[in-house]
Amino acid sequence: MLIFQRSVEGRVALGQWVDGDLDLSDLPEAGLRQTKAVLPEVSELQVVRHYTGLSQRNFGIDTHFYPLGSCTMKYNPRGVHEMAMQPQWLSRHPLSAVDDHQSFLKILFELQQYLSDITGMPGVSLTPMAGSQGEFVGVAMIKAYHDANNDTERTEMIVPTAAHGTNPASAVMCGYTVKEIPTGSDGNIDVDQLREMVGPKTAGIMLTNPSTLGIFSRRIKDVSAIIHEAGGLLYYDGANLNAILGKVRPGDMGFDVMHLNLHKTFATPHGGGGPGAGPVAVADRLKPYLPIPTVVFENEKYRWTTKNDSPDSIGRLSCFMGNAAILLRAYLYIRLLGRKGLTRVADFATLNANYIMKRLQQAGFECAFPDRRASHEFVISFKKEKKQWGVSAMDIAKRLLDYGCHAPTTYFPLSIPECFLIEPTETESKQELDHFIDALIKIRGESETDPELVKTSPHTCVVKRLDDVKAVRELNLTWKPTIND
Amino acid sequence: MFTIPTDCRYTKTHEWVRLDDDGAFTIGITDHAQELLGDVVFVELPNVDAELRAGDEAGVIESVKAASDLYAPLAGQIIAVNELLDEQPDLINQDAYGGGWIFRMKALSPDDWQDLLDASDYQQLISGED
Repeated sequence: MLIFQRSVEGRVALGQWVDGDLDLSDLPEAGLRQTKAVLPEVSELQVVRHYTGLSQRNFGIDTHFYPLGSCTMKYNPRGVHEMAMQPQWLSRHPLSAVDDHQSFLKILFELQQYLSDITGMPGVSLTPMAGSQGEFVGVAMIKAYHDANNDTERTEMIVPTAAHGTNPASAVMCGYTVKEIPTGSDGNIDVDQLREMVGPKTAGIMLTNPSTLGIFSRRIKDVSAIIHEAGGLLYYDGANLNAILGKVRPGDMGFDVMHLNLHKTFATPHGGGGPGAGPVAVADRLKPYLPIPTVVFENEKYRWTTKNDSPDSIGRLSCFMGNAAILLRAYLYIRLLGRKGLTRVADFATLNANYIMKRLQQAGFECAFPDRRASHEFVISFKKEKKQWGVSAMDIAKRLLDYGCHAPTTYFPLSIPECFLIEPTETESKQELDHFIDALIKIRGESETDPELVKTSPHTCVVKRLDDVKAVRELNLTWKPTIND
Repeated sequence: MFTIPTDCRYTKTHEWVRLDDDGAFTIGITDHAQELLGDVVFVELPNVDAELRAGDEAGVIESVKAASDLYAPLAGQIIAVNELLDEQPDLINQDAYGGGWIFRMKALSPDDWQDLLDASDYQQLISGED
């Protein structure tokens, strides 16, 4: 039910009304609305019940285990949120005098330094407002670099078949042709084939390491040597940074540019389409092209950079510093955990993933790469279960909801049939992991003895199976109330 | 078990190719391919008259699971597309080898059709995938 459907004409929540009369006399006549505002007319208690009810129907990290592979659905510490909600931050305005918000600029400056240290890359710009925008910026900088060298024949971007769909999309957005490179049976990209693919047309390669298959590419130094010798640059997709925090740095692996998904690795809020933040980090040779503004410290003072400081910058991606409140949370998270704490993130993210993988293997589940240790996530395939009992990965995913677990990522990477990509993150206890494993084992048993039970699940959720086709073909997000003037 | 008609030839990328009476070819995706993709929600058709080389992208099939490229199995020119798919993309799921055909083409060298996979080769290919 929508809140508009609870509306009764004339009903108001007086407790929230402003004190005294509103003086609107200084508003220009042309700006005043001629028709009644379309707002729900409900009581305060109705509002409370409506939104509390919606939140109870939500299947989220606050209520359930959420091992969504590649998305790193870890817990956002409440303390970080509480600190970020202090009035001294909330009342900042980016147009206030630079002298009046030195504290906030200092935080942004230090966050640039922390991210530089974590990634092993000297240049950082915090402005991109999502991971996808960060990717676009990264590829745009690669293009700017080749253009500046009059190297305009480089038109091809190499992307592994198991990459995130955003990688080829970003490459195409920047005018590149995508060349796909397959993954070998050991989960690594095929280095010999890469050697044959590169040439004077190679602009670069987009990789994540560990890969989307949850495997750390052992030959990454070979890959970077091949690309660099061919005159290309290496792009690192920061989606899986959680696995390697404090262990190995993309800059040291030979990457030239990367984006960071702060919501994945640094526990800023996920989802809902934002607000997001996708800072970019670069090697020295790409520093001149970083988007502005960044924050610099000069003469004992912090200030924004402008086009005068970086004439070759690819430009602005957002007003001021993007979603500054999100950057603030990432800063606080880093300060809260410290250098050792961040390294423990990687330790436990990896340990948790490997624990689940081992127990599932022992229980007879089929891992996509049984001989490789998982990074922070791993892939299992239900090909066998599908063949034997007609139960698909999607059926098992839906049944997991009945056991109080959000489904892992399904049918991704595309190269593995009937698969789950499972990423528990470091913030789950052994009890939670065991519950998830036991649920999967039970569902497997049900698939054999009572496949219909699994195929018709979920049975306990408010909403059962959705019509995926209708959702895609008849996407309609606008509900219009009937207006009585 | 998936249907694999013996009167068609096949590609490794799961297109079927049928030689019609007029000497042109009709192309679609196989039963196996539609099963892997799941419910098809959009089909981006090639332009009529487009000239393609074998292996060129000829369109995109989008399902609830994935978006997947469609390739020209032979070199030649597109002479017709199945416009019904704009409104009813699920024809591909319902009738992959019939009403779910995607485009027709005139081949530069029609004999190349013989070099594509036959039904038993294709059967072997997909059982290898399992």
